[in-house]
Amino acid sequence: MPNAQVLPKSPTGIAGLDEITFGGLPAGRPTLVCGGAGCGKTLFGIEFLVHGALEFNEPGVCISFEETARDLAVNVASLGFDLEKLQKSKKLVIDHIYIDRSEIAETGEYDLEGLFIRLASAIDAIGAKRVLLDTPEALFGGLSNAGVLRSEFRRLFAWLKNKGVTAVITGERGERTLTRHGLEEYVSDCVILLDHRVQNDAVTRRLRVLKYRGSTHGTSEYPFLIDEKGISVLPVTSLALSHVAPLERISSGIAELDQMFGGQGYYRGSSILVTGTAGTGKTSVGSQFLDAACRRGERAIFFAFEESPGQIVRNMRSIGIDLGRWVKKGLLHIESARPSAFGLEMHLVRMHHLLAEHDPQVVVLDPISALAPGGSQHDISSLVLRTVDFLKSRGATGLFTHLSDLDDLQSTSLSISSLVDTWILLRNVEVNGERNRVLYVLKSRGMAHSNQIREFLLTDRGVKLRDVYVGPGGVLTGSARLAREAEVQRDESARQRAAKQRELAARSSLQSLDAKIAALQAERESCHAELAQTAEDDAALQEITRNDRAQMQRSRGVVVDVKEQRPNGRKL
Amino acid sequence: MKAPRVSKTKPAPHRTAPRKYDLRLYVAGQTPRSLQALSNLKRICEEHLAGNYRVEIIDLLEKPQLAAGDQILAIPTLVRAIPRPARKIIGDLSNTERVLVGLDVRPAQRTQ
Repeated sequence: MPNAQVLPKSPTGIAGLDEITFGGLPAGRPTLVCGGAGCGKTLFGIEFLVHGALEFNEPGVCISFEETARDLAVNVASLGFDLEKLQKSKKLVIDHIYIDRSEIAETGEYDLEGLFIRLASAIDAIGAKRVLLDTPEALFGGLSNAGVLRSEFRRLFAWLKNKGVTAVITGERGERTLTRHGLEEYVSDCVILLDHRVQNDAVTRRLRVLKYRGSTHGTSEYPFLIDEKGISVLPVTSLALSHVAPLERISSGIAELDQMFGGQGYYRGSSILVTGTAGTGKTSVGSQFLDAACRRGERAIFFAFEESPGQIVRNMRSIGIDLGRWVKKGLLHIESARPSAFGLEMHLVRMHHLLAEHDPQVVVLDPISALAPGGSQHDISSLVLRTVDFLKSRGATGLFTHLSDLDDLQSTSLSISSLVDTWILLRNVEVNGERNRVLYVLKSRGMAHSNQIREFLLTDRGVKLRDVYVGPGGVLTGSARLAREAEVQRDESARQRAAKQRELAARSSLQSLDAKIAALQAERESCHAELAQTAEDDAALQEITRNDRAQMQRSRGVVVDVKEQRPNGRKL
Repeated sequence: MKAPRVSKTKPAPHRTAPRKYDLRLYVAGQTPRSLQALSNLKRICEEHLAGNYRVEIIDLLEKPQLAAGDQILAIPTLVRAIPRPARKIIGDLSNTERVLVGLDVRPAQRTQ
């Protein structure tokens, strides 16, 4: 931290402020806290004292120029601050100083030594290290000699510095100056400006460190909030981009979507943006994610800005996601609040408190766009940024849905996309008289992811993704996809039929060939048989002929050499 | 309002007469301004409230805890504790007329 050693600081204990100021208010010096009526100046000061007394062992003195000690005690009792107990245990002294002009006459010269004496005796009584002067400018209303007051204030602040107490001086905002009577001229070490303005009917409180001599400090306007836990300041950006990056992957709850992310789903601790037009199923994607988390036994929070918990449970049951049982088990907390119920900052702080309380691993915000009605992109991106940082610092995985129309998409991409790790886009595709949902992954840092457009179906068993067919007219979805599927099926069966026929034809010709072969074989055999028969017959005939001739010659009485005559005998 | 009763008490010149005015002068040490206020007060009392008053001088450097009771802020402050309601006059009391008006000894509109 720069200058941490150079300038000693006095922590305020106010959530977030000590981060912005790198440690707190300048120790031993006066700080001016100014702002309009009702901006929380007094509370700021009281918190400074109470935290000092309770947490940092620095007793404090409150000199109140407006409210009595009793009123102050009652006012902050609702925040759990017991001023009377602190007073009894000598950790706090409250002195109420007031001047009623009607009972005072002025004549001649005077100074405010009485104030100094009272302050000194209060400081010495408990060894105070912190002092709150709550709107000392009120004295200008009671005393007419402004010249004396000015010089006395100058002396007072120098005196406080000399005394080594860390002082908070509150001042009502003037028209052109920070305080009505220009106290900022005298208190110049640290000036904090509180402001509240009405935007879209909701009040947004902001805090700015205008000046911090001798120290770096956050210079932006930081939203802050006063709720039952006191003041919380929300640093817009985390001061260091030093989140750990877990390697673990967690399922999106949609198997096909996990497939699109290399089969493993999102990174744990990453932030996922689901953008889509109305009715594209953003809430369903979020609910599947919550359901998957609860199935793993993790804790989760669903921040809903459009539906009540009961409505969400009912609606998600219609697509087969039973969130109700996780709520019953205490794993899931559904927090519903109308966006208009409080200002943006109140929502943020409520979220922060709930996150700190419930410590979820998975958080869904549905939809973040509802938080910035009128849709100032700056507001949304600042909201997303802060929430992303906060979730990341806790290692929780956040899924944000964002309602946008297609024209909006470009500007959304400019303002939000760089903040999130994974961006899923849901779209309606209108073609052939019907509307179908498609999903694709626009980006996903640090992992392989599908470039495919998938058709997105809400079934009674949750969200399912289908491959889409690409036809000549673009992607085919819905009926066109079904028609294409049927066509493909038809083609397939026709092909199968043709193949069958060809097979049959081949078989039959094979059969006929076999038959032919068998017939020829038979013919061949009969030929062989014929040949053998012929030879036999011939031999028999020769034998007969020879016998006949011999008989004839015998009968004629001619002796013939049978052997010589044999060849001729054949010609007979 | 709590009326501190302890401090240096300057006895009134005529103790026998009933005291009508009960005054307290708050100072912080012996500063020239305090001394100036004290002498102015003495003179005014002698001239206008002879025998009719009692004055307490309270030095807040000695008794700082007494400052809160009378809501003392400016120094010097003269408090008219009695008669009620209490009135305060701050400053060195150099303008006698104003002091008398402030003490309600003399109405603002009339002159002596």
